[in-house]
Amino acid sequence: MKTQLSHVSYLESEAIHIIREVAAEFERPALLFSGGKDSIIVLHLALKAFAPAPLPFPIMHVDTGHNFPEVIEFRDRTVAETGSRLIVASVQDAIDAGKITEDSGPRALRNRLQTPVLLEAIEEHRFDALFGGARRDEEKARAKERVYSFRDEFGQWDPKGQRPELWNLYNGRHKPGEHMRIFPISNWTELDVWHYLRDEEIEVPHVYFAHNRDVFMRDGMWLGVTEFLTPDEDEVVENKLVRFRTIGDATCTGSVESSATTIDQVIEEVGATRITERGATRADDRTAEAAMEDRKKEGYF
Amino acid sequence: MDLLRLATAGSVDDGKSTLIGRLLYDSKSIFEDQLESIEKTSNDRGDEHVNLALLTDGLRAEREQGITIDVAHRYFTTPRRKFIIGDTPGHIQYTRNMVTGASTADLAIILIDARKGVIEQSRRHAFIASLLRIPHLVVAVNKMDLVDYDQEVFESVRKEFAEFATRLDVPDLTFIPVSALHGDNIVDRSATMDWYRGATLLHHLEEVHIASDRNMVDPRFPVQYVIRPQSKQHHDFRGYAGTIAGGVMKPGDEIAALPSGFTSKIKAVLSPDGSELSEAYAPMSVTVLLEDELDVSRGDMICRVNNQPDVTQDLEAMVCWMSEASQLTVGSKLAIKHTTRWARAVVKDFRYRLDINTLSRDEGATALSLNEIGRVRLRTTQPLFADTYRRNRTTGSFILVDEATNVTVGAGMIRATE
Ligand SMILES: Nc1nc2c(ncn2[C@@H]2O[C@H](COP(=O)(O)OP(=O)(O)O)[C@@H](O)[C@H]2O)c(=O)[nH]1
Repeated sequence: MKTQLSHVSYLESEAIHIIREVAAEFERPALLFSGGKDSIIVLHLALKAFAPAPLPFPIMHVDTGHNFPEVIEFRDRTVAETGSRLIVASVQDAIDAGKITEDSGPRALRNRLQTPVLLEAIEEHRFDALFGGARRDEEKARAKERVYSFRDEFGQWDPKGQRPELWNLYNGRHKPGEHMRIFPISNWTELDVWHYLRDEEIEVPHVYFAHNRDVFMRDGMWLGVTEFLTPDEDEVVENKLVRFRTIGDATCTGSVESSATTIDQVIEEVGATRITERGATRADDRTAEAAMEDRKKEGYF
Repeated sequence: MDLLRLATAGSVDDGKSTLIGRLLYDSKSIFEDQLESIEKTSNDRGDEHVNLALLTDGLRAEREQGITIDVAHRYFTTPRRKFIIGDTPGHIQYTRNMVTGASTADLAIILIDARKGVIEQSRRHAFIASLLRIPHLVVAVNKMDLVDYDQEVFESVRKEFAEFATRLDVPDLTFIPVSALHGDNIVDRSATMDWYRGATLLHHLEEVHIASDRNMVDPRFPVQYVIRPQSKQHHDFRGYAGTIAGGVMKPGDEIAALPSGFTSKIKAVLSPDGSELSEAYAPMSVTVLLEDELDVSRGDMICRVNNQPDVTQDLEAMVCWMSEASQLTVGSKLAIKHTTRWARAVVKDFRYRLDINTLSRDEGATALSLNEIGRVRLRTTQPLFADTYRRNRTTGSFILVDEATNVTVGAGMIRATE
């Protein structure tokens, strides 16, 4: 008799355990969905966790307005196909309503603006648990984060005051106004994610695969030319074969040169690459050594 | 490919971070941008060589102070296995952090500085590993380069540690002489220590047999969530979702549901993709369908008719106290979480506090403070369905939560239920 789970089954079981635990113990959970591969996996796991019953909580997209059109199309199709309920918390709406002000200048990023919009949506919908697709291998501040990550009434993370997490006994107790961020795929690596996408035949937006795109080099990354992002005079636009390793705000997510058009080729490429996913492609994490830690403390994902 | 979770322990400067950095580096799990960033930090700090230890320092305060504050998780994969390292710092808060890391570990690596030999902290680490019943223990005798790779030194550490370990319950104990700095016996065999015939550390990690570590004898299924679609198509579907905590479950098994004691048979065990499994075991997440309609809800336990856990409100347990703000003493009232069940607990009796360096019992003690471990008797408001921790690490463990702050303040291992 085989009695040892494969690593992928182990990770899947662990994630489903976490998702069910949250659904059972929290009153108003929601699942953060960006259309990126990690949140696609969390949604897939959540659907499995309750099948054949529908998802017992809504999904929420914090929309910076700076999107890849194919990702939004993908999001809407996924919502329709899975019969989920989608809540969009819009950064653009918040700017238009004068609730937040956008930094000016061609290099202003909207990433930071997601935090107040997210926190307001949490308050408005009185969410007490939010699933996210963060993984500990992504970034060094994340490596220290718990599966149940406690946030105070200001949405802040206190890395030094985290609750110990023992066995699979998660403690989600909190006071009104406080909430938890829940990371069911904490223990997955980028490669685990791709293996799972392949094994489960899960569809992801096409921008994860090699395609031709007008790009220009900024801060060592290939950024795509979009309606929200135009190159400076001295930045040269080239048409290159690229793909994205992460999908975030289109203005700060870089692409990598790649000819990987199938999932197997992507797996091969990820297995051979020597640069971390965020290091390669995220301007938001490059501004300082502790950029992610600082954003997280304020309430970022 | 399977997965091995490991915990590392060592006192400050024994070379734990270097060892982990070496494992990650030699197994090609470190990326260039991470390396560049630690090279830069090493230069800025005026370190002589690239400090692999920096790889494990995730928070700003840690990099600034050059210490590790919190449990960090690291991942690496070899063609044989995937590994999750729960890396716990060796200084303040040590016991609390190591207990946390140890709770999910299949294997612990204890580092010993060859020059210092077995010190008080080594004994403490070994004790915690055995208390948490980590099935496999590896003692890495590090900095062998600083003792001329001398076999005598290694043998004397081995002898002393093994002697101490006989007083503990350590099922599998392995000693490996290494130099984390130079890479001897970590991934590659040491060229200088030809007297050592055993496996390198990585080879041992890849080969150690973990399939029989979990309880495969006593079927235990704490119900986590009841799935009732209430749609036309699945009108009669009533599935009990949860994670198997012990034993093997298969269709046709005669089961009893606690606390009601009602019996039925397993109709099907469904995997997460909805397919019917011929059998399932821990720690699989599954959905169980029963032949009869019973009233079973979250917090209940499905087990075999002829193999049941104890149904009890009285627990004898070892507790590690994790709060600096309070103490555990007779009369303390706390929330308790055991499997999928919450209850309240009160400390009825304080048996003893353990001196984790000497293993002696202080029976005159009346309370546990931060990082202290002792034995208490608890009474709970509701019955729990419990086994001893020795028998099952899942149904034998619990956490204690402060009801005012909601913080997890204690980790408990059940010694007896009566
Ligand atoms: N000579 C020698 N030095 C070592 C070895 N392993 C670690 N060190 C050094 O010991 C010091 C402490 O190591 P570190 O990994 O930071 O220890 P930690 O506090 O246990 O994480 C550093 O200066 C390391 O370079 C070894 O095998 N040989």
